[in-house]
Amino acid sequence: MIIHHPLLGPRDSQEFVYLGDAALIHRPDGMAEGALDKFIDYTYLRDNPAGQHRELWYHEQGDRSWLVVTRNIVSHEITAVELARDVARTEGRSK
Amino acid sequence: MANPLKSLSPLGQVAAQSDTIGAVTITENPGTALASLAARMGCYAEVASLAASAGMPLPGPGRAETATYGAFWLGPEQWMIEAPFATHEDITAVLKPIYGEAASITEQTDAWVRFDVTTSNLSAYFERLCNFDLHKAGAGAATRTVIEHLGCYVIRRSDTLVSLLGPRSSAHSLHHALVTAAKALL
Amino acid sequence: MSRISGGQIDRSKSLRFSFDGVSYNGHPGDTLASALLANNVRLMGRSFKYHRPRGVISAGSEEPNAIVELRSGARQEPNTRATVIELFDGLTAQSQNRWPSLKFDAMAINDRLSPFFAAGFYYKTFMWPAAFWEKIYEPIIRRAAGLGSLSKQDDPDAYDKGFLHCDLLIIGAGPAGLSAALTAGRAGARVILADEDFRMGGRLNAETLEVGGTSGADWAAKAVLELATMPNVRLMPRTTVMGAFDHGIYGAVERVSDHLAQPLPGKPRQILWRIYTARTILAAGATERPIAFENNDRPGIMLAGALRAYANRWGVAVGQRVAVFTNNDDGLRTVADLKAKGLNVTLIDARKGDEVIDSAGRLGLKSITIRRAAGGTETVQVEALGVSGGWNPNLNIASNHRGRPVWDDQIAAFIPAPESIAGLSCVGAAAGAFSTHAALTTGASHAIAALADLGITATADTPTAEDAPLKLTPAWYVHAGKGRAWVDQQNDVTVKDVKLAKQEGFVSVEHLKRYTTLGMATDQGKTGNVLGLAVMAELTGKTIPQTGTTIYRPPYTPVAMGALGGRARGADFKPTRQTPSHKWAEEQGAIFVEVGYWLRTQWLPRAGETTWRQSVDREVLQTRKSAGICDVTTLGKIDIQGTDAGLFLDRVYANTFGSLAVGKVRYGLMLREDGMVMDDGTTARMGQNEYVMTTTTANAVPVFRHLEYCRQVLWPDLDVQLISTTEAWAQYSVAGPNARKLLEKLVDQDISDAAFPYMACGAITVQGTRARLFRISFSGELAYEIAVPTRYGDAMIRALVEAGREFDAVVYGTEALGVMRVEKGHVAGNELNGQSTALNMGLGKMVSRKKDSIGMVLSQREGMTAPNGYRLVGVKPVDPAQSLTAGAHFLAKGAAAVAENDGGWLTSVVYSPHLGHSIGLGYLKSGDNRKGERLRSVNLLAKTDVEVEIVSPHFFDPEGERLRG
Repeated sequence: MIIHHPLLGPRDSQEFVYLGDAALIHRPDGMAEGALDKFIDYTYLRDNPAGQHRELWYHEQGDRSWLVVTRNIVSHEITAVELARDVARTEGRSK
Repeated sequence: MANPLKSLSPLGQVAAQSDTIGAVTITENPGTALASLAARMGCYAEVASLAASAGMPLPGPGRAETATYGAFWLGPEQWMIEAPFATHEDITAVLKPIYGEAASITEQTDAWVRFDVTTSNLSAYFERLCNFDLHKAGAGAATRTVIEHLGCYVIRRSDTLVSLLGPRSSAHSLHHALVTAAKALL
Repeated sequence: MSRISGGQIDRSKSLRFSFDGVSYNGHPGDTLASALLANNVRLMGRSFKYHRPRGVISAGSEEPNAIVELRSGARQEPNTRATVIELFDGLTAQSQNRWPSLKFDAMAINDRLSPFFAAGFYYKTFMWPAAFWEKIYEPIIRRAAGLGSLSKQDDPDAYDKGFLHCDLLIIGAGPAGLSAALTAGRAGARVILADEDFRMGGRLNAETLEVGGTSGADWAAKAVLELATMPNVRLMPRTTVMGAFDHGIYGAVERVSDHLAQPLPGKPRQILWRIYTARTILAAGATERPIAFENNDRPGIMLAGALRAYANRWGVAVGQRVAVFTNNDDGLRTVADLKAKGLNVTLIDARKGDEVIDSAGRLGLKSITIRRAAGGTETVQVEALGVSGGWNPNLNIASNHRGRPVWDDQIAAFIPAPESIAGLSCVGAAAGAFSTHAALTTGASHAIAALADLGITATADTPTAEDAPLKLTPAWYVHAGKGRAWVDQQNDVTVKDVKLAKQEGFVSVEHLKRYTTLGMATDQGKTGNVLGLAVMAELTGKTIPQTGTTIYRPPYTPVAMGALGGRARGADFKPTRQTPSHKWAEEQGAIFVEVGYWLRTQWLPRAGETTWRQSVDREVLQTRKSAGICDVTTLGKIDIQGTDAGLFLDRVYANTFGSLAVGKVRYGLMLREDGMVMDDGTTARMGQNEYVMTTTTANAVPVFRHLEYCRQVLWPDLDVQLISTTEAWAQYSVAGPNARKLLEKLVDQDISDAAFPYMACGAITVQGTRARLFRISFSGELAYEIAVPTRYGDAMIRALVEAGREFDAVVYGTEALGVMRVEKGHVAGNELNGQSTALNMGLGKMVSRKKDSIGMVLSQREGMTAPNGYRLVGVKPVDPAQSLTAGAHFLAKGAAAVAENDGGWLTSVVYSPHLGHSIGLGYLKSGDNRKGERLRSVNLLAKTDVEVEIVSPHFFDPEGERLRG
C-alpha cells in the first residue's frame, strides 16, 4: 500500500508500523472516578467496520510521525492521512 | 592525560575506507559531526531566527541544505545539523549556547556510518537498494528509508553524489550491501 | 529438419543444445520449443496424472504441456515451459514425469486405469485408514503424479530486488502496448514497458499482418528502436509483471541471465522489481483456447495461432500435412499463412458443422477423423492440427483485486470489468479488442487518458492496420465418442471429469475447480478454464456468465523462490549489528551470541578452558572477587529532553520520576496500558530538562515507538523531544570490588564514593575524551557504566582491559551477566514475557497510585491482584548435586503431572559458582508466602523431576551492601 504522508508525500507502507483504531487517542484520565471501567472499554473494545476505518500508523523507517490513516479495510482505499498530533489536538488532547 | 583514546571508523579502520567498483565509488566518511536539533514546544519561530543568524539552514520536509552548517530534515520541527568533525568534535557544546532553552540538542555523530556514494547514474544504482525515487527527488533531497532492513538517511547532494547515513553498528552489513549492488551493475 | 523460410531467427549462427541427452541445433531467436519442433521433436513430456505423451500446444507462457527440467547440476530447474525458454548455446533439458524414458513410460499404465483416476479420486480413494496417508498414499502419489525434480543442491545464483518508479506502466509490448508506449513516450512521460518475451512486438512477430504499410514485425522493431532512444522510457523485455498490489504497486520479475548458460560474475540471475506507478495499461494480449474432442492431447495437436506463430516467427513447419479446426475467422489466418508457406492444409470449420471427432498416433499425431456436416466421416493423415476455439483476453492481472470479469457475447469470452483496479485500464486484445487497428487505437487513446489524469498532454499518431472482426460461433466440445476429451491438459481434466463434478453436485465454479483441479496447475488454467466453465454451463443449462468464473491471484506465471528471497540468504539473511568491542573480542576468540541483529560476546574462553561453564564460572567469580568488564552498548538509549520531560517520564513509568535530582539515576518500570510489564531500565537525569533512558536490548525499538506514541498521540502538547542514541555511545559496565580503582586509573575526575555515590551520573572525561559515567549495577557489585563516543569504543575496551590487568579483571559475556542477575534476583527477558505484572515480579509496590501512568489503572483490576497469583520466587534444588531445568513446572510432592496441579514454572536457571549449585527464578502461585516450602520441579520434555526448595529470589548479598561499597 501507499500512504500519502501529509509532509512527505507517497510512501510505501513497508516503512510503517500499524497500531490500530485511532480511538486510542482518547485515553481516559486514570485518576478520574470510574477510570477502571473506562480503561477496560478503551483497551479492549473495538469497532470492526467492514469499510471506513480510522487507524494509527507509525512512520518508523521515516520521520517517526504517528499518522491517522482513514482506510477502507475492504478495498484498502485510503481517503485521508493526517498527523496524529494534529488530530489529537483537534479532538481535545493537550498535556 | 596519558594516551588519548584513538578513534576507529565504523568499518573498524584507522583511515576511512574507499571502494571503487565499476562506475560506483563508495567512501566511508567519518569526518562529519552530527547533532539533532528539535524545537521545544512553541519555540519554532525563535529557533528559525536563531538558526538564520547562525548560518544554519532549517530545510523543509524531505530536504537537505548547506550554508555555514549543513542540515537535513528528520521530522516535524527536527533536523540533523552537520559540521566538520575536525572543528566540531563536541558539536553540542557549540550548538547549545546558540539555542539556549529554545531547542533540544543531542549528539548524533557516532550513531551513524556515513558512506558517500559517487556515480554518474545514481538512480540506476539506488534502484537496487531502496524505494527512494532519486530521479524525481533531485539534488537537495533527503529522506529516511530502508536499505537491506536498515533505516538509512539518503541525502542527494548533487547529480552524482549521495550521502548515506546508516546505523553505525551495522556499518559492515550496509557496506556489504552497497558493494554487492555495485557489482551487480557491472 | 522442419525449417521453412522466413522468421525472426538468426540462421547465420548455430546453437547446440540437448534434450534427453540427444544433441540438436537451433538458432538465436529460437525458443527451446521452436528448436525442438524444427528438429522434428514433437513429444516433449508426459501428462501429470495419466502419463499421456504430450507435445507443445502453445507458443507462449500459457503452455500446459511442454514442461521440462532445464539445465543440470545445482542449476537444474524443474517445470519450465519449453515455449518461453530462450535458446542458448549449450542448453540442456530433460523431459520429466516419465520413467524409464519419455517414449516408454511405465507409469503410462495410469492411462489404462483412468476410470480409477477420475475427478475426486484422491478424496475417494485415500480416505481410509487415515494412518496410511503419510506413510503410504502420499509417497506413492508424489512419485507417480509429479512434476519435475529438484536438484537438492543450493541455488548457486544470486537474485536481486529493486524498486522502479514511473508515470505509466505498460504491461505487454504487442501492438497495443507499443502504441501506448509511443504515445506516452513522445509526450515525455516516465514510461516502463515490460514484456515477458525476449523480443518485443507480441503477436505482430507471429503474424503476416501489415501495420502502416510495412510488415507488423518490422513496425514493432522500429517502434522499439524509437522507444530505446527516449531517456524517459525504460524497455524491459524478459520481464513478467506478475501481480498487481495495492495503490499502484506491481511486482515484476526480470530474467536478467536466464538466456545465458550462467549469470556473469556478480550479476543476478533475476531481479524482482517493485514498480510504483501512477497509471497502468494492461496490454497483455489474449490466449487462444482449444475445442475439446476425443484424444485432443496428442503431440502435434496445438492451438491454431501457435501453429501459425511457429511458421511465421520461427520458420518451423510442425508438419507438411496439417489441418486447422476452428470456430472463428482467426483460424482461417492460420490456413492462409500455412498455405502461403507451401504446406498442405485441411480446414475443418465448426461454423459449418464440420468437426474433428478423434485422432490417432501413439507418440505423435498421425491422423484425425473428421465428421462433415454433410454426413459421413473421413480420416486424414496429418502431422499437425491447429485448433482454435476463440481467444480469451489475458485479464489475469486485472482480476488480482477481485474484480470479476464480465462476459462479452461478441467474442464469447470474459473481458476485464471496468475499474477492476484503480489506475489500471485494459487495451487491445486484453480488453477483447482483437483487431490490430483496435489494439493500436485503444493503446494510444488509453495512454492519452491516463496521462491526462496526471496533467500530461499526449497526442495519438496511429498507423493504419487491419480491423477484421473475429466472426466466432461458439463451439466448446465435440459431442461424439466415448473417449476422453481434454479440457485442462496440465492437470489432466477431461470433459468427463466436468460431467462427474456436475453429477456429484459440484456445480459452482469454485467447487468445480477444487473437485476436478481444473485450472489449479502451474499454468493457472490459461488455456483450459473457460472451456471447463463452458462445459459446466452447457450441462447445467445455464449461460456462461450465469455459471460464473474464477479469478486470478498473483503470480501471473510461476516465480522462482530465489527471486522472492533476493539477497537475503545464508549469512546475508539479515544484517548484523556489531558492538564497539567486537573487533577486540574477535581477536580474543570470543564466542558470540545473536541477540536480535546484535552479536554480543557470550563468553571469552581462556587457554586451557574446555567447557563454556569453566569460562563463565571464572568470569562470574572473578567479577565478584575483583572486577569484570562487559559491553552493554546494546541496551537501548533514548535521549529525552524538554521542559515536560520529567512529567512525561512520570506518565510512561509506573514509578515516580519527577522527583529525580539532576545527576541521579533511577530504575524505572514501564507498563503496557493493559497493566503488563513492557520493559524496565534506568533513566538518568543529565540536566534540568535532559534525561537519558535505557531500555532492554530487545525492546529498544518498541519502547522508542511507544514513547513517540505517548508524546504525539496521547499528550500532543507536552514539551518533550526524543531521539535514539543507542549507537552514539560505546557503553561498558565495570563491576566488582575493584571497579572504582580500575576506573580511577582512566577517568580524569574524582569518582570516590563521596563524590560519585551509588546512583550518581554525570559527564566526565577519560584521558581527555568526553565520557558519561553512571553508577548503576545489574550484577549486584560496586559497578559503573561508562560511555564514550562510539568511535573511541575500541580504544576504550583496550584501555579498560589494560587498566584492569593489575586487578586480574575479566571481560565477561552475556552468560556471566545472566548468572549474576539471577543471583541478584533481577528480572530479564524470561520474566518480562508480556504476561507478567509488576506484582508478579515482586515489584508491585513500585506502581504509584498517586499519579496517572500508562497501565496503572488496569494493573489494579480484579484478577491481576489476586493474592494467589504468580509471584517471583527463588528456587534451589534440595540436593545441590541436581540441576534445574528452565521451563520446568512446579508440582506438589506426589501430585500427578497434569495441568490442574500446575503451580507455576521456572523462568530462568543458571549455575551459581558462588553458591556451588544450580539456582533459578520462577513464577509460583502465592509464591511470596511459600519460602521454605519443598516442591517438585518437573519437565516432562527433558524428563526431569527435581525436588526443590522455594527461597528468596535474592541469592546473593540480599541487603545490597556490595553495590553501595
